[in-house]
Amino acid sequence: MNPSHLVRDRIDSFPTHTVAGYGVRAGRPQPFGATLVPGGVNFSVFSGQASAVSVVLFRQGEKQPMVEIAIPEEFRIGRVWSITVFGLDYEDLEYGYRVTGPEYPEINDRYDATKVLADPYAQVMSLRPVWGQPSDPDNAYPYRSRLAFDDFDWEDDAPLRIPSHELVIYETHVRGFTRHPSSGVTNPGTYAGLVEKIPYLKELGINAIELLPIFEFDEFGDSRLNQETGELLLNYWGYNTVSFFAPKAGYAATGRFGMQGDELKNLVKKLHKAGIEVILDVVFNHTAEGNEMGPSISFRGLDNSTYYMMTPEGYYYNFSGTGNTFNSNNPVVRDFIVGCLRFWASQYHIDGFRFDLAAIMDRDEHGVPLENPPLLEALAHDPVLRDCVLIAEAWDAGGLYQVGSFPNYRRWSEWNGKFRDTVRKFLKGDEGVLGEFATRMVGSPDLYKHRGARASINFLTCHDGFTLADSVAYNDKHNEANGEDNRDGANDNNAWNSGWEGPTDDPEINKLRARQIRNGLLLLLTSRGIPMILSGDEVGKTQHGNNNAYCHDTELAWFDWTQTETNADLLRFTGNVVKFRAQHPVLHGAHHPNSIDATDCGHPEISWHGVRAWEPDWSPGSRLLGLMWCGHHIENGAADYVYVAANTHWEGHDVQLPPLDDGWHWRRFADTSLDSPSDACEPGAEVAVENPENYWVGPRSVVVMVGYRNA
Amino acid sequence: MNLRRRMVGPVAVVSLAGGLDSDSAPAVQDKLSKLLAQQPYLLIDFAGVPCVSSAGLRTLLLLYRQGQSLGHQVGVVGMSPEVRNVLDATGFLDFFTVADTVADVVAALEVDAEEELREPVASGS
Repeated sequence: MNPSHLVRDRIDSFPTHTVAGYGVRAGRPQPFGATLVPGGVNFSVFSGQASAVSVVLFRQGEKQPMVEIAIPEEFRIGRVWSITVFGLDYEDLEYGYRVTGPEYPEINDRYDATKVLADPYAQVMSLRPVWGQPSDPDNAYPYRSRLAFDDFDWEDDAPLRIPSHELVIYETHVRGFTRHPSSGVTNPGTYAGLVEKIPYLKELGINAIELLPIFEFDEFGDSRLNQETGELLLNYWGYNTVSFFAPKAGYAATGRFGMQGDELKNLVKKLHKAGIEVILDVVFNHTAEGNEMGPSISFRGLDNSTYYMMTPEGYYYNFSGTGNTFNSNNPVVRDFIVGCLRFWASQYHIDGFRFDLAAIMDRDEHGVPLENPPLLEALAHDPVLRDCVLIAEAWDAGGLYQVGSFPNYRRWSEWNGKFRDTVRKFLKGDEGVLGEFATRMVGSPDLYKHRGARASINFLTCHDGFTLADSVAYNDKHNEANGEDNRDGANDNNAWNSGWEGPTDDPEINKLRARQIRNGLLLLLTSRGIPMILSGDEVGKTQHGNNNAYCHDTELAWFDWTQTETNADLLRFTGNVVKFRAQHPVLHGAHHPNSIDATDCGHPEISWHGVRAWEPDWSPGSRLLGLMWCGHHIENGAADYVYVAANTHWEGHDVQLPPLDDGWHWRRFADTSLDSPSDACEPGAEVAVENPENYWVGPRSVVVMVGYRNA
Repeated sequence: MNLRRRMVGPVAVVSLAGGLDSDSAPAVQDKLSKLLAQQPYLLIDFAGVPCVSSAGLRTLLLLYRQGQSLGHQVGVVGMSPEVRNVLDATGFLDFFTVADTVADVVAALEVDAEEELREPVASGS
């Protein structure tokens, strides 16, 4: 390369005008936001009705602005106000916009020139650089944006492109994962802390991590005191975005230095090195601006009626249950969301997204569900996002429930709430669910016929609801610590306490609970679809029956690392089952299995069995089902047989094993009725069984067998 | 910001004194960049640096990349625990030869130097 061909200077890197003592020139409308350009910073912001827009500049940490630069009207192109300001110290700079609205506003306009608004495209926010740090009550302008240099050195990091049907997702919370004093990391509760726990994730065998919201939010946004205990309740989960392009500074050990972006990127880079993809839980259904009473942070003062769904009377539609609803199918808002996700996929190397209350994203501006929602279609076909897994939480707080019917373009996956409900009912021994249980175990073809099994995110637990251990120790939620008289949180938990509500010394009950947890994990991880494990379930995490721990930044919600020792048996069990799944492609196929011998291994891909082989009992009172999978071995392509016997009856049964071809026999991988370490062996070290024809499947137990060729 | 330079064996050691932020970083960048072009082993002594901003850290990374393209090595010494933690949390620490004292880093770099003298390795870039 000849260095003389490098562009050194630009002829537009000099001011043409002076405003408030600063050299400026007409800016570039694209890209939106604040961008470092030679000699200065380019600011660009959209407002549909504004009559005047100023860039308000602060020196970092100072209470009053250092200058306000009114963008000359002639710099406006369309409805985009842009200006390049020269001679700014990008590192020491905070900024916002002051927007003046029309003299006779429409009913849905909310312009307020007394506010300084955050830039919706800001890549850094200086709202709260350290988690839980109280605000300065004298700071009149708390929502300030900052610039990011954005030249992180990714070295040779590249998308992992793990086929989505091979994923095993681990849902966790950045802060909660290492905040507990027992975590032993250098920087507890941070992106950097999570890096130190990557070996643990790798050992567990998962290959994707799904992070609860990491877009900048305000943990004090709706904080309050528990009236009874006096405990400060924060927004711990963070489903309340303040700034969609900015990573949460309080999750970074380096937030005080404004380096949260680099710290998060380093986390992604290190996870990728360990073969783990990163999925972000993103919240585009509403913002932190709340309803009529909420704060003006950004969108409300820029262009309220564009960004929010409004009633004709000027109130906020509330399909999110949190005060407002983002108007996501408006073309401007749609572009904002698509641009935001492209940014995270390209700048942060994110591998996938899980969309909170995604059903909202197919409503029009009046809240009416659309058959062909432009946003969902755009995301499904977006060139930058093409390799990203897109996961919908296919319901909302306005009563739309679209599991199986979410507009999908054969591209979207869904949190399969019906998997959770059915398998949990089956586990606790409900009658009449055996048929649906079978359907859920093979990837829910009734729901995802045209999309394949990969559309189904199978889960028993997620951040919402009971942990797995609590789902076998409590019948009902116990949310008193939330300070809402136990009214909040879901009531339909499909949980069974195994004979006693809450902790007990009864060894029989505790044994049953341990077995039920293993039954659940074993069924989840032998099901077709993409399994998701809730962080902590692998060590028996409890929230003491709280099924809505959104407001607890305490040991109630944090991952307790001492449990990796006290429940080492369960951890070992879970790791073995995760690895077992990886070794048997027939369990994680992309498509739905059918009942013909598609793989030419002598048996159908899936077949159903009962106490007698080939005789499943589908009657309403039946609580035992055998599933035999037949596919190809991962290494040599030979036939691979996996047999799962699930018995949720309170009595054991002598079960006939489906006969294998001559020259083959069954060996036991797992039996949840056995004590550790026989509950699940190391994959590949399966154990020979005494009787090749029959196996005793104990009360409320799951057994998994593997076909072996005779020596 | 003051820079003092001395040679310890084959290693050019530069001691910084003062804060490294967006004000001082460009000048430091220019000086160290010129030096690194001539010196195969550059060691930056941070003992006299009370605070480093993100712009200061970028200076370090730019030097690392420049050194890499030339086949030259950059070491860092004398960082405060806070600066070290920032570098660690952002993964930048992985790029540098880091030690507590100048002697330690010189020793580490000298071992490399001796190995290179014995068995020259072609530069990858």
